[in-house]
Amino acid sequence: MIKNGVFKGVPMNGGQAIVQALLDEGVETVFGYPGGAVLPLYDVLYDSELKHILVRHEQCAAHAADGYARASGKVGVCMATSGPGATNLVTGIATAYIDSSPIIAIIGQVATQFIGNDAFQEVDMLGITMPIIKHSFRPTNPNDIPQIIKSSFKIAKTGRPGPVVIDLPKDIQEAELDEYIDKPFKLPGYKPTLKGHPLQIKKAAEAILNAKRPVILAGGGVIISGASKELKELANTIKAPVTTTLLGKGSFPEDHPYSLGMLGMHGRKVANLTVHECDCLIAIGCRFSDRTTGNIAKFAPNAKIIHIDIDPAEIGKNIEVDIPIVGDAKKVLQDILKILRKRNINSEKEEWIEKTIKFRNKCMPRITFEKETPLKPQQVIKEIMETIDDNTIVTTDVGQNQMWMAHFYTSKKPRKFISSGGLGTMGFGFPAAMGAKIALPEENVVAVCGDGGFLMVSQDLATLREYDIPITICIMDNRHLGMVAQWQRLFYDERMSHTHLGKVPDFVKLAEAYNIEAERVEKPGEVKETLKRAINSGDPIIIDIVIDPMEILPMVPPGCGLTEIVGEYKVETKPIKEGKVEE
Amino acid sequence: MEVKTHIISTIVEHKPGVLQRVSGLFTRRGFNIESITVGESETPGLARMTIIAKGDDKILEQLTKQLNKLIDVIKVRDLEPTNIVQRELCLIKVHAPEERARSEIIQYANIFRGKIVDVSTETLTVEITGDTDKIDAFIELMTGFGIKELARTGPTAMSRGSKII
Repeated sequence: MIKNGVFKGVPMNGGQAIVQALLDEGVETVFGYPGGAVLPLYDVLYDSELKHILVRHEQCAAHAADGYARASGKVGVCMATSGPGATNLVTGIATAYIDSSPIIAIIGQVATQFIGNDAFQEVDMLGITMPIIKHSFRPTNPNDIPQIIKSSFKIAKTGRPGPVVIDLPKDIQEAELDEYIDKPFKLPGYKPTLKGHPLQIKKAAEAILNAKRPVILAGGGVIISGASKELKELANTIKAPVTTTLLGKGSFPEDHPYSLGMLGMHGRKVANLTVHECDCLIAIGCRFSDRTTGNIAKFAPNAKIIHIDIDPAEIGKNIEVDIPIVGDAKKVLQDILKILRKRNINSEKEEWIEKTIKFRNKCMPRITFEKETPLKPQQVIKEIMETIDDNTIVTTDVGQNQMWMAHFYTSKKPRKFISSGGLGTMGFGFPAAMGAKIALPEENVVAVCGDGGFLMVSQDLATLREYDIPITICIMDNRHLGMVAQWQRLFYDERMSHTHLGKVPDFVKLAEAYNIEAERVEKPGEVKETLKRAINSGDPIIIDIVIDPMEILPMVPPGCGLTEIVGEYKVETKPIKEGKVEE
Repeated sequence: MEVKTHIISTIVEHKPGVLQRVSGLFTRRGFNIESITVGESETPGLARMTIIAKGDDKILEQLTKQLNKLIDVIKVRDLEPTNIVQRELCLIKVHAPEERARSEIIQYANIFRGKIVDVSTETLTVEITGDTDKIDAFIELMTGFGIKELARTGPTAMSRGSKII
């Protein structure tokens, strides 16, 4: 029990206050790496109930906290020392920021008296992180610490979530508290709008009712707000096909007949063409990134656009919107559904969905390549899908592996597909998978990485082994920076500048050095077999999957409209296994 | 869209780092600011920041929305330019070694309701307040004498009448 400024019967210092406040917030695990300026805090961690995962590079602490947050919906916490420790977190913080993931980074800082003197391991982290955070704090009084932690959690997880940085001078960690104030600060400048404006909701409902060819575009906001049930009811009610952004993947079951899969530069043909056709686009919790829209001037040219987002600044930022609604996706959808339930749905929508489903079934991307060697990535993904269950969390890295997964993988539940969208951070997939597994130890976790991205974080195999975190890492090994190479092939006259990664390392031997089992697979059928064994083993396992380095994914070149797909779009001829349309 | 000069009045928490958050936001989002003035407001703990920025309506909308997102920013209002009181302070050190130049400068300063705040054998320093146009006009008059040094605060502003933000 905490009394004013007293911890387990002795006067409480700043470090103890941090740990106590984190425990009060329900934090069980933090990811971090110690150093000089966080020694007082780490001294408290030594015998605290808070579990600390020692990563091998701070970037992995931030990504793991991010993966933890995305998988669980809870706030992920990472820690690092001042200076280089802190700057190593920056990529992870920026990744979380642009993808609206709630993480808190607790960073050591040199003692207050040395700040500004270019002291050893001093860096202006508040300045460096200012453009990539939702908010930051630096306590000047130890009594503020409990309130800062409480406020940080409130800010990180409410409204549009995002990272919060706490820059903690060493002397403040050591100083004694006079009182422990167990509540957040008053934040008069922070009032997220949750309920949509009734008039706008009415307008949106009318526009939806009048539409003949509606399409729903679901973004990460649907997942964050937990609005998947409402989204499904909306789609079923108004007979609207549903496409998603990368971060929206899983917000709507992709085996549902109404699902079009992902939209955008590497989106599915059916999604890109259907959005072009629609007369009403209902965009929920997305920010119309350039990767999703292609050339704005050619985006959904015939559609009335309804944009629902909790962040007012997203509305009208990238595209002109006809009916903006600021609010939480779940609440807004509930309010829209209240109106729609009482009304009749016009017959044109019925025709539209039938036509769309027919079109969809005609251009499902081909994933069956059972005879081809080297292995086609599509076949690899097919075998992964055939092996894992709907609750398995998959994380991806960035590049071709990510876009293949986004394009071909059928995600059926929210928070089960985790990927670095906005920042496109190579090296994200593996540490995010560690974080996800620690958040949800009961679920299976598979990281699908490229060889390039994995190598950026491979040192953390040590963490995986030391803590026995049983995840499976599938390395899509083509010995290339595949996505950059793809662009060079398509747009730079095949001048393959610095995208070949060479022959080393041998990933099986690399894993061996960390005492982790690894297997190389090269033939169709082997991924399935090995992955099944890996998942059942209860041990971390690496599968080095040698794939065809020449395989490219059809794409919309930059500056083009979504219908202008280049490359042959191979279509699946095998029958499609579909989910049910449940009401 | 038409590019206009906007006067944005904000109430912010009076804490270290707030000005950096605001100015950092402008850099990050590619907004151009002409000036920022900041000082205490009527409420203890809160400061009023007046920002002069150029842009079309779309840029301005983004700017106010992004400002509103900052947790230390409490209120943001784009002031209606026709219905505000706007003042700027300017100090001008003018080259004036001769009697004639001196008396002329003093006369001009009087016409503009300025004050001579410092005198040396070589220079006169004039303090002048007013809206931007008035100060521009005065500076132009002084140019002929030779301006040695000039410091402008940038405008600060509030709505006319009983309206408050």
